[in-house]
Amino acid sequence: MLLAKLSEASGISGQEGEIRATIRNEIAPYVDEIKIDPIGNLVALKRGRTGKARVMLAAHMDEVGLMVVGFESNGLLHVDSVGGVDPRVLVSKMVYVGRNKLPGVIGSKPIHLLEREDMDRATKMDALLVDIGAKNKEDAEKLVKLGDPVVFATKCEPLGDGFMKGKAFDDRVGCCAIIEALKVQHDFDLYGAFTVQEEVGLRGAGVAAFQIEPDLAIVLEGTTAHDVPETPEHSVSTVPGKGPAIVYMDRSWVGDKRIIDRLVETAEAASVPYQFKRTVTGGTDAGRIGLTREGIPAAVVSMPCRFIHSPVSVINLSDFENYVKLAGLFLDSLDERGLPIDEGSCKKTN
Amino acid sequence: MKDLVKRLTEAYGPSGSEDKVREIIKAEVEKFADEIRVDSLGNLICRVAPKSPADGSDPKRIMVAAHMDEIGVLVSYIDDKGFLRFSPVGGLSPYVLLGQKVIFENGTVGVFGTEKLEDMKSLAFDKMFIDIGASSKDEAEKKVRVGDSAVILREFSDLGDRVTSKTMDNRISCAVVIEAIKSVRPERHEAYFVFTVQEELGLRGAKAAAYGINPDVGIAVDVTTWGDTPECAPFNVVLGKGVAIKAKDSSVIAHPKVKNLMIDVAEKKGILYQMEVLERGGTDAGAIHLTREGVPSGTISIPCRYVHTPCEMVDMRDVDAATRLLVGVVEELASSSGGGIL
Amino acid sequence: MANTKKVCGPGAVGQGRHLMGAERGRVMDTKQAILRLADARGVTGYESPAGDVVTALFADIVDEVRRDSLGSVIMLKRGASPKPSAKIMVAAHVDEIGMIVSKIEDEGFLQVRMMGGVDRRILPSMEVTVHGRRDISGVIGAIPPHLQDPKDKDKSWKWEELVVDCGMSAERLRELVRVGDVVSFDRTGVELANDRISGKSMDDRAGVAVMYECAVELQKLKHDCDVYFVATVQEEVGYGGSITSTYGITPDIGIAIDVGHGDMPGLPEHHTLKLGGGPAISYGPHVHPHIFSKLKEIAEERGIAYQVEAGTSPRGTDAYAMQMTRSGVATGLISVPLRYMHTSVETLSVEDVKKSGQLLAFFASAVDSRFREGLTCF
Repeated sequence: MLLAKLSEASGISGQEGEIRATIRNEIAPYVDEIKIDPIGNLVALKRGRTGKARVMLAAHMDEVGLMVVGFESNGLLHVDSVGGVDPRVLVSKMVYVGRNKLPGVIGSKPIHLLEREDMDRATKMDALLVDIGAKNKEDAEKLVKLGDPVVFATKCEPLGDGFMKGKAFDDRVGCCAIIEALKVQHDFDLYGAFTVQEEVGLRGAGVAAFQIEPDLAIVLEGTTAHDVPETPEHSVSTVPGKGPAIVYMDRSWVGDKRIIDRLVETAEAASVPYQFKRTVTGGTDAGRIGLTREGIPAAVVSMPCRFIHSPVSVINLSDFENYVKLAGLFLDSLDERGLPIDEGSCKKTN
Repeated sequence: MKDLVKRLTEAYGPSGSEDKVREIIKAEVEKFADEIRVDSLGNLICRVAPKSPADGSDPKRIMVAAHMDEIGVLVSYIDDKGFLRFSPVGGLSPYVLLGQKVIFENGTVGVFGTEKLEDMKSLAFDKMFIDIGASSKDEAEKKVRVGDSAVILREFSDLGDRVTSKTMDNRISCAVVIEAIKSVRPERHEAYFVFTVQEELGLRGAKAAAYGINPDVGIAVDVTTWGDTPECAPFNVVLGKGVAIKAKDSSVIAHPKVKNLMIDVAEKKGILYQMEVLERGGTDAGAIHLTREGVPSGTISIPCRYVHTPCEMVDMRDVDAATRLLVGVVEELASSSGGGIL
Repeated sequence: MANTKKVCGPGAVGQGRHLMGAERGRVMDTKQAILRLADARGVTGYESPAGDVVTALFADIVDEVRRDSLGSVIMLKRGASPKPSAKIMVAAHVDEIGMIVSKIEDEGFLQVRMMGGVDRRILPSMEVTVHGRRDISGVIGAIPPHLQDPKDKDKSWKWEELVVDCGMSAERLRELVRVGDVVSFDRTGVELANDRISGKSMDDRAGVAVMYECAVELQKLKHDCDVYFVATVQEEVGYGGSITSTYGITPDIGIAIDVGHGDMPGLPEHHTLKLGGGPAISYGPHVHPHIFSKLKEIAEERGIAYQVEAGTSPRGTDAYAMQMTRSGVATGLISVPLRYMHTSVETLSVEDVKKSGQLLAFFASAVDSRFREGLTCF
């Protein structure tokens, strides 16, 4: 399954090599041009029948993870987080280190040797060490290098009734949706931008948008879905099972209303379930794309994912189906009805 | 002028939904600008052409920015009983909302309520809601939708030399810029007066507008905080001592040439002024100065008490000084000397 | 020159060079250059005086010097070929942290606030210069122990308490100083043992000195690429100078030269660099992998001792800003190990600066069109 392949591929911010190659192979048969820019964004162009407009879909390839930043004399590796990783989720987990994906573990002090207070205290990043089985520092240095990526060793597999578990659904779900979209021919030029370094500051998307200069952009993201017990309804952000989430506003961007209206109309006309994100937390690539050059009309559609930014996230498969469907239907509507921004207020008024 | 200030401050225009206030401003300046356009983010851009541009070379561009958006709240969820949950739009404190009324774009009015709190210190936005008097979700949805924004409902009051209203930040500066458009006469270079959007969300409108205009110098007009009420945080700027010339804030260090030009113009024209160093806070100049290859920029500030509350207060004499300084600086920049900068 | 490579190999530092032909005149040796640059005044936003020192220093060894509208000094050294293989931009920031006058108290003291990340704990007993209508000296006094409240002993003084005494009345002060004037630290750099020096603003005048070393080395090396040395402004308050100068230059490659935390007790070893251990070549999201590899390869080829600094956050240097300009720039970062960063006794090893400059020069001379084209092959 494509999503599983993408989820298991590795690519921490700044070292997106494997996922980039994986995506490239998937899209090659369907697109007219593939370009990689100096910072690693992968931009694919599928030319339109008339090519009178330029539409950009964006999803980030990078995932949060860790990086090797030092060696202990006994061969254990010091790591630091790349992107927002809560150190508390790392204890007692398995990882892969480096390009060759050497297996490693993040252990912790055995419970027998802990003070009572330690058990209530969070483990800090400095105390978390990765063990790849090296005998000592020299041995470790032969096996891995400073700067090597460390990714979670999570298999992407079905879970329960209609759910899926895996790592990096944020934002491999978006990448998957764009790959599906690139298989369909439209009137307009469709740019699929698989961006880098979103998790370390929304870094890649603006660069891609600067190059593409689209008329309109949709960011396909993965977002929090915290419908766990003891969370009040309104703080839940999104709810798995209620469909893809349209985002009115987050920390980085106010969604273009014209685009949001079109998304809603499209979903309603095709009876595709959808929801609105209930919190304004988080930032996305739209924050950078939207402010590129003279501004680009942009909006975000997000896939509800439980437990993002941890070794295991969970998604609802029917949400995923509807997420991909909504993106496709929206693009179809651009052929049928034109771009929603053409109906807008960006005209000379004097 | 007070009437203009009243209309502008009472207008609806939260960050991201500035259409209504933009229409009001447009109506004020239409007759005075040579060209008006609205860009894709919603910025209102008014160009005033030079009287006698130099032959053989393109006129340089002066960009003046005043943001027209205000802080507010956005409905993020409607519960079964018709209560609205919301998120803040811009830098708002939950304490400032207690006991306030809000108004939506379509005129619907609501009030704030809170959940039971053990301790006032634990007040937070997710413990509050808006009550529009509906008894069910369906009833509420007839008037308000998720994604709608609201602003504080508060009328303007004339206290004499001083006036108070919501949203002096930044409609008072919009009033100043409107007055400037009406009276400015740039000689050799063109002036772009931009009423920007989404400043309260991170100087967003100005960034896009500046890229499009590609100015040679930038001036933001905004309010700044105050240092003259009982036991307030120490600050050099006070009401009634004139327009403030900003040396620095957390978004920009005023270009020394622009800062000095403002001081020179103020002294030459006998405009009362004070110098300002703001530790925390930013203006559109923060976005303008980093455009393309860089734009020397500065900010003209209007001293304002109780910023980001429903009752912001300014002194009209400072406002008048700000208008005169803005016109003086733009005309100096647009003159053949280019203010020593162009 | 044909045999340039052999003579300028590892170990051939110093006297030998002065006997070679096409040199255009070396004004200063490394140590003197660092001290000259570090002592200059240039508080962030007000970098002019330091910019003037940079211009004077580089004038004879580059082809063109100009300042952009925010004040960054852009110095171009053209490559040998009329069609340069690539445009390399090297950036070191010329601004230093300092303070700004925020209020003139009636008692004749100045209130100040930070310009850039000033740790206020260094301020008591600091001597400063207030750049008003003219430069005037001031001291930030410290309350003597006799007058202190014992329970405050463990707290650091607040900004409001750290006033500047210029020995003048408020009236006199108001004639000479305005709110908004900047204040810089008084410190003349000093030589310590083992070719180490200490002073203010080594962050990042040491980086500018690295660029100087590089420019001097490039007199003797053939390079096909155009090299832009940029002394950027306002790095300490948000990289404004590198954002805007990179936009204007549109380089293919951007190398930032900054400082990295030198080793000292209390800091985890893997988060610091060794003084004397040579330039630190950075790795992380802010660095293009090919540039990292190339710098490492050249250091090894040339026998230049180096360290690797793996960083997970792209922030903190001009590389952060250069990388995301326009359609993207392939970036690299070289750091000079520096102890006590953001104090006025920043300490480094002169040898690290020299080696960083040489590494950079060899890198520039190795960049050809094939390397540039390969930057988009990940």
